[in-house]
Amino acid sequence: MANEMQFDLVTPERKLASYAATAVEIPGAEGDMTAMEGHSPLITSLRPGVLRATTSDGVKSFVVSGGFAEINASAISVLAERAVPIEEATGTIIDSMLDEARSLMEAALPEDRDAAQKLVHDIEMLRGTVAI
Amino acid sequence: MPSLKDLKNRIGSVKSTRKITKAMQMVAAAKLRRAQEAAEAARPYAERMAAVMASLAASVGQSDSAPRLLAGTGSDKVHLLVVMTAERGLCGGFNSTIVRLARSRAQELLSQGKTVKILTVGKKGREQLRRDLSDHFIGHVDLSEVKRVGYANAQAIAKDVLARFDADEFDVATIFFNRFQSVISQVPTAQQIIPAHFEGAAETEALYDYEPSEEGILADLLPRGVATQIFTALLENGASEQGARMSAMDNATRNAGDMIDRLTIEYNRSRQAAITKELIEIISGAEAL
Repeated sequence: MANEMQFDLVTPERKLASYAATAVEIPGAEGDMTAMEGHSPLITSLRPGVLRATTSDGVKSFVVSGGFAEINASAISVLAERAVPIEEATGTIIDSMLDEARSLMEAALPEDRDAAQKLVHDIEMLRGTVAI
Repeated sequence: MPSLKDLKNRIGSVKSTRKITKAMQMVAAAKLRRAQEAAEAARPYAERMAAVMASLAASVGQSDSAPRLLAGTGSDKVHLLVVMTAERGLCGGFNSTIVRLARSRAQELLSQGKTVKILTVGKKGREQLRRDLSDHFIGHVDLSEVKRVGYANAQAIAKDVLARFDADEFDVATIFFNRFQSVISQVPTAQQIIPAHFEGAAETEALYDYEPSEEGILADLLPRGVATQIFTALLENGASEQGARMSAMDNATRNAGDMIDRLTIEYNRSRQAAITKELIEIISGAEAL
C-alpha cells in the first residue's frame, strides 16, 4: 500500500473533493503528470482534461478546465475554474466549453491565436476521451 | 378624532402590512441561509487563490516584466468604480451605505482632479447615483434575471472590466460591496482589484517549481483572480442583502405590531367613550322627566 496524500479539488462555487489519495493524475499545461506522496513542491497551470485520483476505494475521475494545481510532499490541491465528476460530464457540458473556447479563438489576437487553438484542440481531445 | 370605522379600517390595513413584512422576513431568512452557504463554499477557492497569487506576486513583482494587471499602468489618473448593489429595495440601509461610500470616494477623486468612471451592478445603486454622477456612468450589469449568482456571472463582469483595462480605459479599478458580518451588521467595503493588491507579506514555506514559468502562471492567474474577487464580492453582497432585508423586515413587523396595539387601545377608548356618552344621554333624559 502506497503512502497517501491529501487531495483537494475546489472550484469557485464549491469543494468537489477532499480526501486521501495515493496518486493523482493531472492534466498539466505542459503535459500530464502523476503526483504521489513525496513529490517535490510544484505549481502548474491546467489544461482542459481529465484528472484521475487513485484512492483506497477506486479511481475517481473529474473533467477539469482552467486553473492550477499546487503540489507538495503531503498534499495536492487543484483549483479548477470548472470541474465536474466524469459521470456528470455529458456532451452538453463539453460542447459548451468547446463553444466558449472557439469564440475565444475567434476573438483572440494573432499572437494569442496559437494558445487559443491549443485550447480548442485540448477540449476536442477531452471530448474524445470522455465519449469512450 | 377618527371615527370608529376609520380606526377599524386602519387596524385592518396595518395587520395585512404586518403579514407581508413577516412573510418577507421569513423568505429572507431562508435565502440568507442559502447565500451564506454559497459564500462559505466559495471561500476555500478564493483563499487558496489569493495565497498562491500573493506568493507569486512577491517573487515576480519586483521584476520589470511584471504583468500590467499587477504592476498597473504606471499612472492613476482614471479610476473605475464598480458599485455593486441589490436589484431590489426594502432591505434597510443596504443599498444606501454602498452608494454613500462610492459617492464619497468619487467626490474625493474628482476633487483631486482625477477622472472617475462608474460601472454599476444592480439596479438600485444606479438609481441612487444617477442624480449627481450619471455623467460618469460607462456601463451597467443587470442581474435581475439571475436567481442564484454563479461564477459565470462574475466571469462576465470580470471580462467586461478586463476588456476595458486592455483598451486603456482606466488605470485603477475598485469594487464596492457590503461585506457580510452578521444579520445586523454589514460593512460597506471598497477593494482595489486592478492593479492587484495583496494584504500582508506572503510567507513562502516551500520553494515551488513552476510549470510553465512563474510569469506564465501569474499572467494566467491574475485575470482569474479578478473574477474570483468579483465573485466573492457578489456572494458577500448577496448574503448581506438578505441579512439586511431580514433585520429591516423584522423591525417593520415589530413596528406594525406596536402600531396595532396603539390603534386597538385607541379604538377601545373611543368605543367606551361612545357607550358612556349614550348612557349619560339616556340617564339625563330620564332625570329630566
